[in-house]
Amino acid sequence: MKISVIITLKKDVLDPQGKIIHQTLDGMGFNDVNEVRQGKYFEIDTKETDNDKAKAKVEEMCKKLLANLVIENYKIIDPK
Amino acid sequence: MKSSVITFPGSNCDRDMDVALKKFGFKNKMVWHADAELPKSDLVVLPGGFSYGDYLRCGSMASKSKIMQSVINFANSGGMVMGICNGFQILVETGLVPGVLLRNKYLEFICKNVFVKINDKKNKYFKNVNSEVLEFHIAHNEGNYFCTNDQLKEIEDNNQIAINYCDENGKIEDQFNPNGSIKNIAGIFNKEKNVLGMMPHPERMIDKSLSGEDGSLFFINLINNLK
Repeated sequence: MKISVIITLKKDVLDPQGKIIHQTLDGMGFNDVNEVRQGKYFEIDTKETDNDKAKAKVEEMCKKLLANLVIENYKIIDPK
Repeated sequence: MKSSVITFPGSNCDRDMDVALKKFGFKNKMVWHADAELPKSDLVVLPGGFSYGDYLRCGSMASKSKIMQSVINFANSGGMVMGICNGFQILVETGLVPGVLLRNKYLEFICKNVFVKINDKKNKYFKNVNSEVLEFHIAHNEGNYFCTNDQLKEIEDNNQIAINYCDENGKIEDQFNPNGSIKNIAGIFNKEKNVLGMMPHPERMIDKSLSGEDGSLFFINLINNLK
């Protein structure tokens, strides 16, 4: 089963890369962008076949390794 | 005094640290990250470098390596653990010291000498250092110290800030902040002050003719405090 995870920076954390991407987009003529925040995307292929168990395991992975909860939030996408 | 320097895949300041520790009297051992047991040590150092290529987040992979459980136990039982640069990033990922290290504010890799002001001397690292300001070297891409407001309050209440970026006279101002760190923080302690994480490299300032000697001051003082 494949489970996806999206990690984003929390609202108050400075994102210098997102800022530069925003500036660059602006310079390219995309002038209506309000803000860009950069994040991370993971696809985790697990042997677990039970939906809920798999999600719980991935949640543990997020807390222990994939995200740093001081600065990041994680969102687990429901497997299809 | 016995010290151990942990080598992770991608560490590159481990041998410099070995040279520095030996120069000032430590009997140092190099310890491989995949070992489970720490040799008997009075000081454990997590050196600078790019452990695991800075994958995921700087220090995140190294913080889960086999030797780190022993290092964490050692620190929790009061052992002296010092993380320099990438070692600091590893320390924040273990949670031994609070906060995180973000990309530098202006997205530049910074490699230069800086001045830092010692904020607290009631600890074994800086007690008796005969100077308020030290000149150290920094070389990092992710040294922008960040923590939540609650953490910052706790850090300040417990006097956990070790050193702040400043000018040569010890003035702590925005213009002397190289990387955007909150409150110009260059290094912090855990609550008990046996764990120190800092971005500057004292091991690069131990030779009069090559660099400067403020690192020498630091190490001579450190070994005397541990005796």
